[in-house]
Amino acid sequence: MNIQIKSGALQQVLALASLVVLIVFFTISSSNFFQFSNIVGILLSTAVIGVLALGSTFVIITGGIDLSVGTVMTLSGVMTGVCITFWGLPVPVGILGGILMGALCGLLSGTAVAKMKIPPFIATLAMMMIAKGLALIISGAKPVYFNDAESFAEVSQGSVLGWLIPGLDIPNAVVIFFVAAIVGYLILSKTIIGRYNFALGSNEEATRLSGVNVGFWKIVIYTLTGAFTGLAGVMMASRLNSANPALGAGYELEAIAAVVIGGTSLSGGKGTIIGTVIGALIMSVLTNGLRILSVPQEWQTVVVGFVIILAVYADILRRRKA
Amino acid sequence: MKKLSVLVLILMLTAGLLAACGASGSTATGTDSPSEGGSSSGSGAEEEIYIPIISKGFQHQFWQAVKAGAEQAGQELGVRITFEGPETESQVDKQIEMLQAALDKKPSAIGFAALDSQASIPYLKKAQENNIPVIAFDSGVESDIPVTTASTDNMAASALAADKMAKLIGNEGKIAMVVHDQTSVTGVSRRDGFKKQIEDKYPNIEIVDIQYGGGDHLKSTDLAKAMMQAHPDLKGIFGANEGSAVGVINAVTEMKKEGQIVVVGFDSGKAQIDAIKNGTMAGAITQNPVGIGYETVKAAVAAIKGEKVEPQIDTGFYWYDKNNIDSDEIKAVIYE
Repeated sequence: MNIQIKSGALQQVLALASLVVLIVFFTISSSNFFQFSNIVGILLSTAVIGVLALGSTFVIITGGIDLSVGTVMTLSGVMTGVCITFWGLPVPVGILGGILMGALCGLLSGTAVAKMKIPPFIATLAMMMIAKGLALIISGAKPVYFNDAESFAEVSQGSVLGWLIPGLDIPNAVVIFFVAAIVGYLILSKTIIGRYNFALGSNEEATRLSGVNVGFWKIVIYTLTGAFTGLAGVMMASRLNSANPALGAGYELEAIAAVVIGGTSLSGGKGTIIGTVIGALIMSVLTNGLRILSVPQEWQTVVVGFVIILAVYADILRRRKA
Repeated sequence: MKKLSVLVLILMLTAGLLAACGASGSTATGTDSPSEGGSSSGSGAEEEIYIPIISKGFQHQFWQAVKAGAEQAGQELGVRITFEGPETESQVDKQIEMLQAALDKKPSAIGFAALDSQASIPYLKKAQENNIPVIAFDSGVESDIPVTTASTDNMAASALAADKMAKLIGNEGKIAMVVHDQTSVTGVSRRDGFKKQIEDKYPNIEIVDIQYGGGDHLKSTDLAKAMMQAHPDLKGIFGANEGSAVGVINAVTEMKKEGQIVVVGFDSGKAQIDAIKNGTMAGAITQNPVGIGYETVKAAVAAIKGEKVEPQIDTGFYWYDKNNIDSDEIKAVIYE
């Protein structure tokens, strides 16, 4: 266990170093990069994918995967829209509705994995389809707008920080992302959920034999991932001031990429929240920087692909040495 | 406990499946009311006219409007319509399956908007052999099999957008474009139509960047912000479809540059309509999706009856801005 934490720390240092190198590179390349408004822009564009990636980290540490986070995020956003716009419920209730919808989907995926013994890849693939369909059904296949509840847009777009400290206009979505990261960090490193999370990923059989109710804790972990996903859905809906049932496909892969760049192993048992935060930041700094340099989009995608390979390869090399 | 949770899960899955069936059932409108025409009842054995329409998509507002137009024509002309399309515009294989299934039902005619013209040609040939007229719509089919194509002239439409943009920024300065993709017919022709018009007619306007956001609102927002960051002296941005345009609007709002950057969009939707009303967006081009659906069915019925059909039906496009957004002409073609 101790060794894992240490090697995790090394991976974080490596990832952090890559992030710094990228930032320095783009700062030298374009004077428009390192400006307050652009840094805030990067953080804001990290927020939604970042929260998704935070949630995915838990499931990936168990050695599982959650392919449904993209469409469950959409379903959660739409659920918030249904609560607030269709049913006229207060904004906080709508937010809670979205998060609970995400948690419910996670609960179902977790049950399918833990009790029905369906491989996570298949169970969450099915959930991905279910959530996609349900999002279209409950929204009537139309975007849901939040025009009747103007305060809802403030959830992501407003700035509590700017109100507390004039001039520091950092949108709430960024603050929520960092708070979610701290909560995720505490869960993973200070609670029993975190301990069993690592135990499950390292050696599920040994964990079961030592008397832990493996199935129950798996369901808890998938539900937790679902709740984070629901939060991401609420943040996305708030930022766009609408919940579009057609969005969200493909976001799960970006979230998984961020987690993997951050040094979490897809084979389970190893990973950190800080790593995921850095991984998500690397992804968005890279896309933002390449856009600012006006690199054609086709090449941006190619570059991001190579970065994922490099990041994971560095991780494998390091582990082989250790 | 274990049994209960399994039971709950199975119930949920079944509910999901049923719900999914319900949704696909609703795509096939008119199936439960086979003969609305009524006029054929006298001749008894005469077959009803059935026209399946295979679209490029289903869930987007645009396709819903096309569907509404097709249904309207179906009712007026007393023919049975079904309308279906794949979930995303990359699912060429799914669309081909839908096309094949539709042909197997031996329809009177077929309406088709190809995601991939080449892939669909063998099936269209089969339709031709069986004397089933094919009516292409929206982006059309690159083949001479379709009797006609009912579509927007996207090149001309985005050239009009370019003219409006040029006028609004005073015929000089830097502009950028957010396009949905670089492979679809609409993406390419709207990009090229806009670009060509600027290059040919406005030498003092420079297009500094063209980026593709997949029509995804959030991605388009982030990339439009990066564009504005990279080019602080940008005077205008063109968003080439609904998702792209909404992204540009969000970016301008988030960067607090309302009024400083001229935003020109394409298609409609509530976000664009609101932005035009509050001044964030200067105006947009709208196609006539209801007209596309209507003309497709109308042409199909004409072809079945052996009447002459023009090889190209331009379903039209309109520029709308704050001044004409409430006019009846525009209200009929934009949708929230």
